[in-house]
Amino acid sequence: MVPERRPLPSEVRAALIFLAPGLLVIGVFFLLPIGASVLLSLTDFDIYALGDLANVRLVGLRNFSRLLQDPLFWISMRNTFYFVLVGGPLTLGVALAAALLLHSKLVRWKGTFRTIFFAPYVTTLVAVAIVFRYLYHPRFGGLNRVLELFGIDAIDWLGDPRWAMPAIILLAVWKNFGYAMILFIAGLQAIPESLYEAARIDGAGPFQVFRKITLPMLAPTFLFLGIMTTIGYFQFFAEPYVMTGGGGPLNATLSTGLLMYKQGFRWWNMGYAAAIAVVLGLVIFAFSALQFWIEKRRSA
Amino acid sequence: MARLLPKLIGCTAAVVIPLALAGCAAAREERVTVRLWGLGREGEVVRDLVPEFERRNPGVHLVVQQIPWTSAHEKLLTAFVGRATPDLAQLGNTWIPEFAAIGALEPLEESLARSASVSSRGYFPGVWETSLYDGAVYGIPWYVDTRVLYYRPDLLARAGFPDAPRTWSEWLDAMRKVKRIQPSSGHPILLPTNEWEQLAILGLQKGSPLLVENGTRGAFSGPEFRAAAEFYVGIYREGLAPIVSYSQLGNAYQEFARGNIAMWMTGPWNLGEFRRRLPPAEQELWMTAALPAPDGTPWPGASFSGGSSLAVFRGSRSKAEAWKVIEFLSEPAVQARFYALSGDLPASRAAWDDPSLAGDEKARAFRVQVERVVAMPRVPEWEQIAQHMAERLEAAIRGRESLTRALAAIDEDVDRILEKRRWMITRRRGAKSGA
Repeated sequence: MVPERRPLPSEVRAALIFLAPGLLVIGVFFLLPIGASVLLSLTDFDIYALGDLANVRLVGLRNFSRLLQDPLFWISMRNTFYFVLVGGPLTLGVALAAALLLHSKLVRWKGTFRTIFFAPYVTTLVAVAIVFRYLYHPRFGGLNRVLELFGIDAIDWLGDPRWAMPAIILLAVWKNFGYAMILFIAGLQAIPESLYEAARIDGAGPFQVFRKITLPMLAPTFLFLGIMTTIGYFQFFAEPYVMTGGGGPLNATLSTGLLMYKQGFRWWNMGYAAAIAVVLGLVIFAFSALQFWIEKRRSA
Repeated sequence: MARLLPKLIGCTAAVVIPLALAGCAAAREERVTVRLWGLGREGEVVRDLVPEFERRNPGVHLVVQQIPWTSAHEKLLTAFVGRATPDLAQLGNTWIPEFAAIGALEPLEESLARSASVSSRGYFPGVWETSLYDGAVYGIPWYVDTRVLYYRPDLLARAGFPDAPRTWSEWLDAMRKVKRIQPSSGHPILLPTNEWEQLAILGLQKGSPLLVENGTRGAFSGPEFRAAAEFYVGIYREGLAPIVSYSQLGNAYQEFARGNIAMWMTGPWNLGEFRRRLPPAEQELWMTAALPAPDGTPWPGASFSGGSSLAVFRGSRSKAEAWKVIEFLSEPAVQARFYALSGDLPASRAAWDDPSLAGDEKARAFRVQVERVVAMPRVPEWEQIAQHMAERLEAAIRGRESLTRALAAIDEDVDRILEKRRWMITRRRGAKSGA
């Protein structure tokens, strides 16, 4: 029995027509490149393939098995997680603190402060990195000059493997918290004043109000910012590329994104680089899913 | 009247400027534009030579674009993929096999055969060799980079060595004796752990080919390289060299002047650095010598042949003009002037007779050394291999791995890196025998 083909309801057809341009763009500029990268990761596309495409071979999962045995990959993963797990919460924490301050009724010049805090976010990273390189200079940098006042010895911020990552995290936090701050302010403004009034009538102190009203009401903002920040930070690349000459000292700031760039564009191991991209993509996906899951359990 | 004057000037300008621009445009159209990519400092100073070139070649407009060394390699490859290569470029000698293998470079035999001024005979043989790939010439050497021994003549003399050591055993002996008269924090020799060149040089001196079977397998477990690695690792294990990478070192020149370092295997750029960084009173504290040789082999020991060449890209539409640029930059007088501007040692033999070089006693060691330089293996994967080699050996130096294990690991790495090359060669052979 052949099932009878029912014509699509007219509203579905209309919806499809309206969605078509969007779907087309997503398909061409999003799904297609992803598919191409996955395919590329199954080949050994390299420098020889540039000269002659006949030099490309399908190698199955060999790139992935090699990747798991590559010590540099694990170093880069460790660095990336360091950056995400320390830099991410720090960015959101600083942003929330700044947002609470600017939301307070006691603060004046709100517009000015908002602009000042937001300005780094829209500045080019390369320009910022150059300024920070001066600040971090072991002998002439402003940061060490300030530390000297407290009797702390000069630190070679970008040259010492222990300090290079904290230095880069500091830069990233300073540069990115403005964006999260603006969204937090918007979230704070959306909390109805009546909730605060009710809490205060019930006798809640300021800390209780913050914990029981402000934080839960900001949960959707937190989820959004948490996911966006994690995704962005997992891909961190430009900071070490510009500031530590590509992952130094001693690979202490080699991020997975940077390793991928080096494999892809320095050694031109495109297949291998694509495999790194796929793995990094999966890690980011898993992390985002984890955050959704935590939020779901919390609100349930 | 006071108001009229600006108006008058304005009117004149309105008439004259377009005319002048038109004039320029016409002149520019007749000239062929040649784009040259220069790397780092060389890309900067070569600009000073452009006016002279353009005066002699009125039909050619030479545009120099400066590319930083750190990103040059990727920029060149990306340019090749995007079909945006310049007409000619400065290429690190170790890159030539790679760019030749992908078909980015123009073979230069025909231009060479026709050329009145450039010929292979004008170059040091070990330097010329670096620009060959599969037997064809793909670049003309521009300047030479190699390693010699920088040393403290006073410290070595006090330790009983009025001249720089000439054999490995003399060298080791000198290190041990210098150590006794040095400050306690000092080390007789500086060999930064992140540099692969020094180790490769010792291997070459011992006669290791580094790669064997047509550049498809590593020879790092072989007896020659093993002997060199034992000597090298022994220096660190005896405490004769500090286990630091260059970036951890701080100011090497100051350490040298203080006597914390008495010898340093390094390259020609340090001629200028030592002169710039040490005060005139301390200029007596450093000297250069060609490298010691393994016992039983003639002095000087081989050094590696690095530096840059000039290469023409296959995609260029003005290859003849690009060749003119190469001919110009290869002239002995221009090479000597380039040395004065950059401190880069000329690749052309005749340029060394220039008084600025011939009269410089500290550059003389390089003149001796360039006669005895050997090219690194010419396979596209070499830089990758060299970095693996340095990393594995560092583990052995730090005692994290035995030397035998480290050498075997290098060979494993190298065999993996060269797997593709083996496959390609087998396939090419198969195609030939099938045809």
